[in-house]
Amino acid sequence: MSVSAFSKPGISVNINATAGVAANREIAAALPMRMNISKMNFYYGPKQILFDINMGIADKKVTALIGPSGCGKSTLLRTLNRMHETVSTARLDGEILLDGQNILAQDVTSLRRRVGMVFQRPNPFPKSIFDNVAYGPRINGTKGPIADAVEKSLRHAALWEEVKDHLHKSAYELSGGQQQRLCIARALAVEPEVLLMDEPCSALDPISTAKIEELMVELKNLTTITIVTHNMQQAARVSDFTAFILTGQVIEFRPTPQLFTTPSDPRTEAYITGRFG
Amino acid sequence: MSARLHWRKFLSNFMLTLTGVCALISVSVLFLILGYLLFNGGTSINWAFFTQLPKPVGEVGGGMANAIVGSAKLLLAASLLGVPIGFLGGIYLAEFSGSSVASVVRYAADLLNGVPSIVTGVFAYGLFKHFSTLAGAFALGIMMIPITLRSTEEFLKSVPRNLREGAMALGASKSRTIATVIVPAAYRGILTAILLALARVAGETAPLLFTAFGNRFWSPGWNQPTASLPVMIYTYALSPYEDWHRQAWSAGLVLLGLILIINIVARTILSRGIVVPRS
Repeated sequence: MSVSAFSKPGISVNINATAGVAANREIAAALPMRMNISKMNFYYGPKQILFDINMGIADKKVTALIGPSGCGKSTLLRTLNRMHETVSTARLDGEILLDGQNILAQDVTSLRRRVGMVFQRPNPFPKSIFDNVAYGPRINGTKGPIADAVEKSLRHAALWEEVKDHLHKSAYELSGGQQQRLCIARALAVEPEVLLMDEPCSALDPISTAKIEELMVELKNLTTITIVTHNMQQAARVSDFTAFILTGQVIEFRPTPQLFTTPSDPRTEAYITGRFG
Repeated sequence: MSARLHWRKFLSNFMLTLTGVCALISVSVLFLILGYLLFNGGTSINWAFFTQLPKPVGEVGGGMANAIVGSAKLLLAASLLGVPIGFLGGIYLAEFSGSSVASVVRYAADLLNGVPSIVTGVFAYGLFKHFSTLAGAFALGIMMIPITLRSTEEFLKSVPRNLREGAMALGASKSRTIATVIVPAAYRGILTAILLALARVAGETAPLLFTAFGNRFWSPGWNQPTASLPVMIYTYALSPYEDWHRQAWSAGLVLLGLILIINIVARTILSRGIVVPRS
């Protein structure tokens, strides 16, 4: 896919959102999209958090959202399965499509079944390892043997070998990294089409982080991943597309190698070279 | 050393001693009561106390089997009234009500908790208009509501937000999340609070004086008066008979033992099972 337009010198600084739109079209032309966000504005009470977001989430790819703290990247992620609705003052306008259908018009529980989420801190339920993974299939009335679904999900999350002999122990007996992989297994157990990950490694040590990054790359065969991270190296390692977000706007959204090697916006360049953030 | 430094050292030592002595007094009061009860009650307690009915006045011996069963019936019926109302109301307060409704209910519950127990008894009597087990259970049940309500609310609210989000992100509805994640995460705290509420009303005498009243025989039914341990203690301790005084001590010991057992069970529950780590 051609991205030459963005590496041209002398490109205006105030293209901000337009760069996102153009790049989005470009990516969209090349790949099937799983989700599409258009003209989305988001507010907490009177305060606007996100401005005119336009971007697509490519199917079976990893899309990373990067940016400094407080830029709105987590908020953007949380709109994709409508988790923002847990805050009563939240207001959203615009359109978010999943497989061509507006998610804002759908039943929220069935939406969240299709768009799963892994959180910043591992949050296993106070139940056994098995019951944690079985939770989703059980509440969704999945047919068939639950034990098989649990094993499959734990294998996908690369945790099966470590826990297969003590599935009925408390989830809190696992290490932090194992707990996070358990949460990934729990999310995978309902076979989501999209998996949202909100800084999934920020509470983990480097070894656990490496395991989860490896996992993300493998999970691409299974599902579509969107990850929020404040760690640029992580985005560079695991993602296919990266959106740089600053003060609620998508400054630049491009295939990851291009964004990191030839950023088109001076602000992106300043951020990825560590001049702020 | 200057006089000022001497004074400061003296003051420091004096205050240290004073606080230490006060701490010692507060602990020793409990042990004094326990010891006195064990000494007086322990010597006269026997198997008959648990199995026999009270003997007529003048005859030595007998027991308080009817009062033990009566207290159990009262506590059972009181829990059936107080626990579901307090528990479900607590869920509503913690999960569904707006903050203004919640603060009104919370304030009312605190007021109800502060109503003198004898007033609750008068109210129950006014409502039932005769002595009965049910009237007594009603009075005790009312007293259990605010404790259960407030502690259910507190324990549900202390469940970390990320557990809720974890369940909702899997497609669980709000009520499902509450039933399958929030309440299970908080149940140990809630159960403990219920047991402590039970232990508290188990020793209440005032609300029973003119509701459950008392009975020297087996209570014939829920709609008839029944004996209970606290009221038995009250009646026997005020009597002029030496044997009754001994039995009152025994009843006190049994009641305290019962409350102690409830407390130990509550603490055991609190220390077992899967604990949600504080983040």
